[in-house]
Amino acid sequence: MPAIVDIRNLSKTYDDGFQALKDVSLEIEEGEILALLGPNGAGKTTLISALCGITTPTGGSASVGGHDILSEYRDARAMIGLVPQEIALEPFEKVWNAVRFSRGLFGKPRDDAFLEKTLRQLSLWDKRQAKVMELSGGMKRRVLIAKALCHEPRVLFLDEPTAGVDVELRRDMWQVVAGLKESGVTIILTTHYIEEAEAIADRVAVINRGEILLVEEKQALMTRMGRKSLRIDLTEPIEAVPAGVEEYELELAPDGRALTYTYDTSAERTGITRLLQRLSEKGVALKDLQTKQSSLEEIFVSLVKEDAA
Amino acid sequence: MNLTAVRAIYTFEMARFFRTLLQSFISPVISTSLYFVVFGAAIGSRIDQVEGVSYGAFIVPGLIMLTVMTQGISNASFGIYFPKFIGTIFELLSAPVNFLEIVLGYVGAAATKALFIGIVILGTSAFFVDLNIQHPLAMVAFLLLTCISFALFGFIIGIWAGNFEQLQLIPLLVITPLVFLGGSFYSISMLPPVWQTITMFNPVVYLISGFRWSFFGQADVPIGLSLMAIALFTAICLGLIWLIFRTGYRIRS
Repeated sequence: MPAIVDIRNLSKTYDDGFQALKDVSLEIEEGEILALLGPNGAGKTTLISALCGITTPTGGSASVGGHDILSEYRDARAMIGLVPQEIALEPFEKVWNAVRFSRGLFGKPRDDAFLEKTLRQLSLWDKRQAKVMELSGGMKRRVLIAKALCHEPRVLFLDEPTAGVDVELRRDMWQVVAGLKESGVTIILTTHYIEEAEAIADRVAVINRGEILLVEEKQALMTRMGRKSLRIDLTEPIEAVPAGVEEYELELAPDGRALTYTYDTSAERTGITRLLQRLSEKGVALKDLQTKQSSLEEIFVSLVKEDAA
Repeated sequence: MNLTAVRAIYTFEMARFFRTLLQSFISPVISTSLYFVVFGAAIGSRIDQVEGVSYGAFIVPGLIMLTVMTQGISNASFGIYFPKFIGTIFELLSAPVNFLEIVLGYVGAAATKALFIGIVILGTSAFFVDLNIQHPLAMVAFLLLTCISFALFGFIIGIWAGNFEQLQLIPLLVITPLVFLGGSFYSISMLPPVWQTITMFNPVVYLISGFRWSFFGQADVPIGLSLMAIALFTAICLGLIWLIFRTGYRIRS
């Protein structure tokens, strides 16, 4: 299946010489949720802006649904919905008029039933006659999403959709995103809440300093890059790691009450059984055991650190 | 041509106007009445006639032009500056529309508002003076062209402006003096010869003169010249707007 968003060697150099995107290539498949992760200033928003027509790329090409974003901008943009990072809404306008405007602007014929469905989906139906300025921050963000959805886009860009949003609303957003995915919409989401990518993304792309560092299935990435650690709590504190278990490179906690063993999840044999056996032979009494899987966040931090080095 | 988008922009902009309809209606009525009290009754009673027309009636075309020009500029400049200021311009830039459609929507709405206010002033004037329009078609054409061309000019100012001060700067520093010195309240022939020559460099003179001709059948400059002046002004504005969108000046990085 051809990619719905096909980015080839896209570059953006600003007038002051700053290179915000360097030869970015990325294929996004129809119906997936791709999380674009990266620290502040990595180029996430520039990439989205270039695809949506807000900034003009200085090199390379990109297409949406097979339509080139520059030469066939009408067809390409008609397929795209964009939810920007900053809340930007006409404050004196009513919610209903705001979404109607967006639908018309994208050239779609009036369809009040669809608008009603969209507003209900985002719990905005009761607020349709309210002026935007009367709404809370979270509600305004929903209006932004409604505006992006009301012209029935096939590809939705969510630029930091949950920045500054409370926990409850964030969970609601995730549900909305899941619902959209079910209806076949392709979603590209930028975030620096890695928890968010972990919760909803199918694939993860990491971008730093204008370059894509990696694109991978979230699960595969977490398995490949993931480290597990086994923490062994001891009944009595010890002064040093006992002899005979050197190959495990155990770490002793400063208070001497715990040993930590870090291992690769993809390794065939972790050697845990033998480690525990040896420790008990040495007379170390075990009180408790816990294992921990490293999160996407730790993977991400180590990737970006490596890139900086 | 994405006409649905043009209509969406036009309707959205007109909604802003209807929200403040009362103000939009009352303020020109009051200011026109004041002009008639001051210029028509107080000063006009001491001026007999200007070129065979009572002074009160003589100032009507100038008064309408003065308001229509400033309204066209302020409506259009604000209309496009506001989305830039609050950030909603992103939606226009990411929409499947071209510059012509954006301009049609914004300038069309701004020109409609200016036209509405022009008609209100004309109606108000009828309460104060006897008006008899000799060339009604030419009058409508001049009025429409002025609304459109000054709305185009306002659109350019709105794109160029980086803050609210700049938004006011051109209308205040350039347009108001040009309009006042363009014969709104007097005939060019009333000026000393040197000033008559200088005045001919003021483009607004041609518009007001042409518009006054459509009312009273007499003008400071030939009517053909007036038509050419407004056509040229419209063409320059359109060219500038085309360049703006071509280069993305101040809107697309």
